[in-house]
Amino acid sequence: MVERGTALLKKMEISVAEADKRTGKNTVNMQETYTVYLIETRPAESVSEGGTPVAPDTLWRRYSEFELLRTYLLVTYPYIIVPPLPEKRAEFVWHKLSADNLDPDFVERRRVGLENFLLRLASHPVLSNDSIFFLFLTEVLFLVFQKADSRLKSLSAMFRVKNPDKRFTALKHYSEDLSTVISQLLRIRARVADRLYGVYKVHGNYGRVFSEWSAIEKEMGDGLQSAGHHMDTYAASIDDILEEEEHYADQLKEYLFYTEAVRSVCRKHELIQYELEMAAQDLSYKKQQKEELETGTVRIFSLKGMTSKLFGQETQEQRESKVAALEQSIQEGEEALKEKNAESQEFVEKAWNDIERFKEQKEKDLREALISYAIMQISMCKKGIQVWSNAKECFNKM
Amino acid sequence: ITGHVFPPSAGMSVGAPRGLASSGQKLITEILHPLSAAEEPLSPGQDEPGLTNGTPVEISSAASASVLLSRLQLDCEPEANAHVTFGSGEPRDLFVTVDDPKKHVSTMETYITYRVSTKTTRIEFDLPEYSVRRRYQDFDWLRIKLEDSQPTHLVPPLPEKFVMKGVVDRFSEEFVDTRMKALDKFLKRVADHPVLSFNPHLNAFLTAKDLNKRQGLALLTKVGESVKNVAGGYKLRARPAEFSAMGEYLDTFSQKLGTIDRISQRILREQSEYLTELREYGAVYSTWAASEEQLQRPLEGVAGCVTTSCGALEDLSDNMSQDFLPVLREYVLYIESMKRVLRKRDQVQAEYEGRLEAAVLRKQEDRTPIPVEVEKCQDKVECFNADLKADWERWQRNKRQDFKQLLTGMADKNINYYEKSQAAWESLITLLQEKQTEDKTSETN
Repeated sequence: MVERGTALLKKMEISVAEADKRTGKNTVNMQETYTVYLIETRPAESVSEGGTPVAPDTLWRRYSEFELLRTYLLVTYPYIIVPPLPEKRAEFVWHKLSADNLDPDFVERRRVGLENFLLRLASHPVLSNDSIFFLFLTEVLFLVFQKADSRLKSLSAMFRVKNPDKRFTALKHYSEDLSTVISQLLRIRARVADRLYGVYKVHGNYGRVFSEWSAIEKEMGDGLQSAGHHMDTYAASIDDILEEEEHYADQLKEYLFYTEAVRSVCRKHELIQYELEMAAQDLSYKKQQKEELETGTVRIFSLKGMTSKLFGQETQEQRESKVAALEQSIQEGEEALKEKNAESQEFVEKAWNDIERFKEQKEKDLREALISYAIMQISMCKKGIQVWSNAKECFNKM
Repeated sequence: ITGHVFPPSAGMSVGAPRGLASSGQKLITEILHPLSAAEEPLSPGQDEPGLTNGTPVEISSAASASVLLSRLQLDCEPEANAHVTFGSGEPRDLFVTVDDPKKHVSTMETYITYRVSTKTTRIEFDLPEYSVRRRYQDFDWLRIKLEDSQPTHLVPPLPEKFVMKGVVDRFSEEFVDTRMKALDKFLKRVADHPVLSFNPHLNAFLTAKDLNKRQGLALLTKVGESVKNVAGGYKLRARPAEFSAMGEYLDTFSQKLGTIDRISQRILREQSEYLTELREYGAVYSTWAASEEQLQRPLEGVAGCVTTSCGALEDLSDNMSQDFLPVLREYVLYIESMKRVLRKRDQVQAEYEGRLEAAVLRKQEDRTPIPVEVEKCQDKVECFNADLKADWERWQRNKRQDFKQLLTGMADKNINYYEKSQAAWESLITLLQEKQTEDKTSETN
């Protein structure tokens, strides 16, 4: 799934090898049980040489540490679609699937998901070079400087951009649509899985009744009895089929969570755009003020205009020093605007780079996911044909 | 010439076929119950002069034999023959089909008639072919007549008469079709029976233009019989173990059939719920496809596969509810018929034991010999036992064949469902992979 041979992956083999349960005290001194995951890394060359591979470096990490790393990446690389973590709690479950965080199946799926997350980072052209990420992989103590993302949080829904970038708006809408359609798909898939499970399991009852019936038959007995076994096999086969399908659901889920990462980039772009517009607005206001002072006309109601009306004209010196201060301020404003413009341009460039990369990755991944889904369906059909053919042979012997 | 084709025309509205015409309807209504008169020979089927007892019909010339043979090969569906010819070794010379349902609406009632076609070489029939229209109550009449006139034999069941009004639409195509198939099965089973197929009532049913006049009589006999059946409560001294075993077998078998019926219905319910979800699932892929560029075709492809699977599943469910379940139900009714015959046998034995006991007592008192009447009773029991055993064997053979066919059919339909679905997904993979290699080559170009 992850493009190999790029960046960090060239130098290092990364895997999340196993999961384990730990018990300890949390911050409020409460006993808690949590899961830790073993990260294994080793130099890439050692494997290709063919000899006995070097023992890997290993360290244990909690899910919350992965979260910490991701938050750091989000703050540091606002223009990157940072790969999502696997779900914190099982969502879109069908009844047989446990929603318990310590359930071994859930832990195993999360292990695979976390490994996938690390591989995505390690193969990312930008993120793979991050030093904190490297420390995360190799050092038990990795310090994340938590730069508060207050800029974004305080503004959040309050600001409105005047001239939004059409490309980003379109991307935002697309990611919203994608999020809607994937979650809808996952919801219905869970229901489909539930029903399919029912269809198969009810067939298991044939197994019992055929076996009971065979007891009173002479010539038909053997055929019925063994056909019954095939019905048992049929009923049991759904467990593996649906377990396999869960992998497909996880692939879809990854992209559902990716949509959030895409929107986060769009939001950050909006923020930058907003700041740019604010700077421009600020500048034009100052310029206007200067014009007012110079020409003496008041176009917009202002406190200064009021005071001058109430307290008479300022002296020439006063006015000149004000104009000078404004000019200074305008210059600063122009500087700031230039800076913002440059920042914005850089952001758009970098972001669009990553968005293009993401689009390609998404199309490739989803296409592959669909192919593997189709293969799963075919294998389910083959299993079904096999079991019913076996049963048919038994019926024919009756 | 047309008068020749249908003898019971014009004046003979009673509609008895020519073979019975000399005694007319009287013969039919007065066919004696084998157990009702002591003088009656005790093997039914042999009691009617001119009726052969299941032995091959004499065919006068080689030509007609070959004509018959070719007709058999041409006209008879192999499927219909399969279960009867199996192991029985009885040649078949009477072929019946029930088809072509028609709705009749009159001021009094609305009902369905079915075409009953007959092809035969039997000398009891004047013509080689007949075609008449019958409604359900005519079949019911025939069944009662058969059960009445041949109490020692197992008469196949009819589909259930009463349907819950409002729940089932009696005139729906599906219902009529299912009932037609069941009636066809019933008539075929009767026609294939070595004794029942020679019953004059069957002859009348197959050939007479109009059966209506017998309706009232049918009702009377029905009442009479139900009175007769009330006996019981008498404990048999020496019921042969084999008949007890039959009873036990039937109890267990009907219980198992009931379970299978419930399982099948549950599966149908699960399948229909699955189908509902699956349709919605496919639709979401279509919605998704609309918002993608590169992924549009793959997603549409998946939607298409899901739709194909839905169609295949629907076929499977339809097959199960229209072909599988009715056969199960027929056998449940068949078991009931069989149980009735077993009860009648017990009654006949009970009568014999009662009389014997009385006679033995009398003999001890005044040394009168055991009357002939008691011996006749004993003959009746033995005769009944023999008939019942023969029918039981036939029934077991048929059952084995029917269930073999039914269950392999079920397996086939499931295989078919998976094959259709598999083919769809496989073609999707071809499409997706083609697209991929296309992309790759365009990249390298």
